Amino acid sequence: MAGEINTKRMSMIVTKGSLDWAYPPFILATTAAAMGLDVTMFFTFYGLTLLKKKLDLKISTLGNPAMEMPMFGMHIGMPNLVSAIPGVDAAATTMMKNLIKKKGVASIEELREMAIEADVKMIACQMTMDLFEYTKDDMIEGPVLGGAATYIETATKSDINLFI
Amino acid sequence: MADQVLDAKGLNCPLPILKAKKALKDVPIGGTLQVLATDPGAVKDFEAFCRTTGNDLLESKAEGKQFEFLIKRTS
Repeated sequence: MAGEINTKRMSMIVTKGSLDWAYPPFILATTAAAMGLDVTMFFTFYGLTLLKKKLDLKISTLGNPAMEMPMFGMHIGMPNLVSAIPGVDAAATTMMKNLIKKKGVASIEELREMAIEADVKMIACQMTMDLFEYTKDDMIEGPVLGGAATYIETATKSDINLFI
Repeated sequence: MADQVLDAKGLNCPLPILKAKKALKDVPIGGTLQVLATDPGAVKDFEAFCRTTGNDLLESKAEGKQFEFLIKRTS
């Protein structure tokens, strides 16, 4: 289907690299590709880390008043003061990963693999690579390097453009 | 009987859709795929998936906490 004249296109800018924020772009990209869309993801700033060979994604409880973890039969929020305690973010990350497994939610590694299999095009932001001193060797095979103009060209041809 | 059966029970969004898309590739055109799922969101999602991809959703059933979809591959 991809490549046909009437194929719908979707592009997204992926700017965040925490475990929770990694889900929306990969879920939407894989689903759109499964629905026959031609999908391009542009990874920039912290989103670029989602292209690293080895993913070690974490969540931060800081500044996230909407985050409520199901614990002891209720929902427990994470006030900023608690976030400052060493080990809290690590514990919250472990808890989130356990929930992900228990609820049959795919891992980011799995979704990324499925996105590549489904021919989702990935662009790694060259400027971010330079800024944070990453080399092509740090990244998975497949993404091409490009900049803002490369993304804009794709966006002008897309039916859906998202910023995540 | 469906040509293929996909057991997507216990899987959450978007895995039932992604696995169904993959499984449809092995179904002959005109053939059918039965999907078993437990994700309640899959009901609306399989409707949207079929409308967008042009495949036919022949059946969508709920039995207790389990859902069954029958998709006909059209292209």
